[in-house]
Amino acid sequence: MERKPLSGRRRLYDRALRLLLYLSAGLTCALLVFMIGYIFYRGLPHITWNLLSTQSSYLKDTIGILPNILNTVYIVVLTLIFILPLGVGAAIYLTEYAKNRRLVSAIEFATETLTGIPSIIYGLVGMLFFCQFLGLQSSLLAGALTLVIMTLPTIVRTTQESLKTVPQSYREGALGLGAGKWHMIRTIVLPSSVDGIVTGCILAVGRIVGESAALLFTAGMGMSLNHFFASWGNFLHSSGATLTVALYVYAKERAEFDVAFAIAAILMLLTLVINLTAKLVGKKLKKK
Amino acid sequence: MKTKGARNALEVAMNIVFLICGLIAVAFVLFISVYLVLTGLPAIREIGLVEFLFGREWASTAAEPKFGILPFILTSVYGTAGAILIGVPIGLFCAIFLAKVAPPRLTAVVRPAVDLLAGIPSVVYGLVGMIVLVPAVREWFHLPDGASLFAAILVLAVMILPSIISVSETALKAVPPEYEEASLGLGATWIETVFRVSVPAASSGIAASVVLGIGRAIGEAMAILMVAGNVANMPSLFKSVKFLTTAVASEMSYSAGLQRQALFSIALVLFLFIMLINVILNTLLKGKKG
Repeated sequence: MERKPLSGRRRLYDRALRLLLYLSAGLTCALLVFMIGYIFYRGLPHITWNLLSTQSSYLKDTIGILPNILNTVYIVVLTLIFILPLGVGAAIYLTEYAKNRRLVSAIEFATETLTGIPSIIYGLVGMLFFCQFLGLQSSLLAGALTLVIMTLPTIVRTTQESLKTVPQSYREGALGLGAGKWHMIRTIVLPSSVDGIVTGCILAVGRIVGESAALLFTAGMGMSLNHFFASWGNFLHSSGATLTVALYVYAKERAEFDVAFAIAAILMLLTLVINLTAKLVGKKLKKK
Repeated sequence: MKTKGARNALEVAMNIVFLICGLIAVAFVLFISVYLVLTGLPAIREIGLVEFLFGREWASTAAEPKFGILPFILTSVYGTAGAILIGVPIGLFCAIFLAKVAPPRLTAVVRPAVDLLAGIPSVVYGLVGMIVLVPAVREWFHLPDGASLFAAILVLAVMILPSIISVSETALKAVPPEYEEASLGLGATWIETVFRVSVPAASSGIAASVVLGIGRAIGEAMAILMVAGNVANMPSLFKSVKFLTTAVASEMSYSAGLQRQALFSIALVLFLFIMLINVILNTLLKGKKG
């Protein structure tokens, strides 16, 4: 069969739109290449051992970001400690226990709403409630608790998705052998959905590492080293800037752009690593 | 061996524990809403609702303070509209490319790039905007200072790209292949099919992506705090401006008294905007399912 050649107008339409499609995709990629390239170009040369391993000192007029690196780690760990049982528990309730459909849709609506709330509002509420009302002051603990509220939807959604992939026959088999519901969840359902939970954690870590607006007023801008082993109580209650907050402070308030770009480069590397890990775990999940 | 009674008690206890976990999300939302209303209302009452929402002047630290947030509201609306105007066409075309046109090899490059763009922290966007974009805007338009609404719009447009792309792409992929096959069978080219059949068929999902983008843009704080200049002007493309979010972020650390309470009221206004957007988003997504 012979195809009639397209009319000139139609061919033009076809070509022009195709070109625009390629241009848009190209522009998106170019943006990423530019961001990564520029940040590494400006930042990597300024990442020195001194910067990474010391704290800033006004006396010696040196800048070090060790406290900020540690604060980021502390906040990530603290948040995960709270969010894991809570988020996984909520997901288990939604997929395994809940029978009341209206309650389920209310909970799902709530998690979706939490996703949409801007982080500056979390920061404000966290400041009012955790720092002032509960008297935690600007502290790592207040920051972590604020982030718990913020990352809840991420954990719930990914866990829920992986719980749904556990075959119904596993559950029936366990229950048929006389296992109680909780015993069945603990020994059968949770182990088979651990990949999804891990993916959720990685995504949550990504959000926490990149978060700044919610931490500015809750974890504060403390730049000195928080001694983890020195005193447990004090450590939780001292203010500490994470890497993102430190980037903001160095760029906007102190005009130390070399340090800011060095931190940006570190954040960029972290983003790359987190993205890659999430993808690898996700792939493993899909294979199953 | 445990007795039956003990086992039952454990089951009931775990049931309750999980129920509480499930309800916590609802509790968080209620808590945030109530808290924002409670802390936001006093200042509005003191200033007067009309004066607060439509006052054209914000001078929180002046001897005779004025608390009109119309400049912030308009800046947020204009800034978001601008970001949507730039970001949506690019994002939508990129999504169409990924879902319908790209050869697999290119998809394997572009999709991770989009994911990475989504993962970059907003302060990093802010930093690059501040160092690269702001001076560039000053040069291009011969301004005394490049920190302006225009710079903020460009940064926001880039930041909403990933959400627009991924949501639109999902919607486009869900279009039943029969629609497209029918169009191809009638003699339309693939590009014509995509633009005249697939895109209209996915329109509610694409609309959802736009609404999501609006939500992202209106809620972004740190990146535009670094590029918008932060002066409470009535919005104009090349003037230094303050958004709803940046007004809160920039004054919170040194605010006190009525000024501080007014900041909570701004947050309440922002929250109402976001809730409205959430409701629209939910209706759009539900409409797609049904």
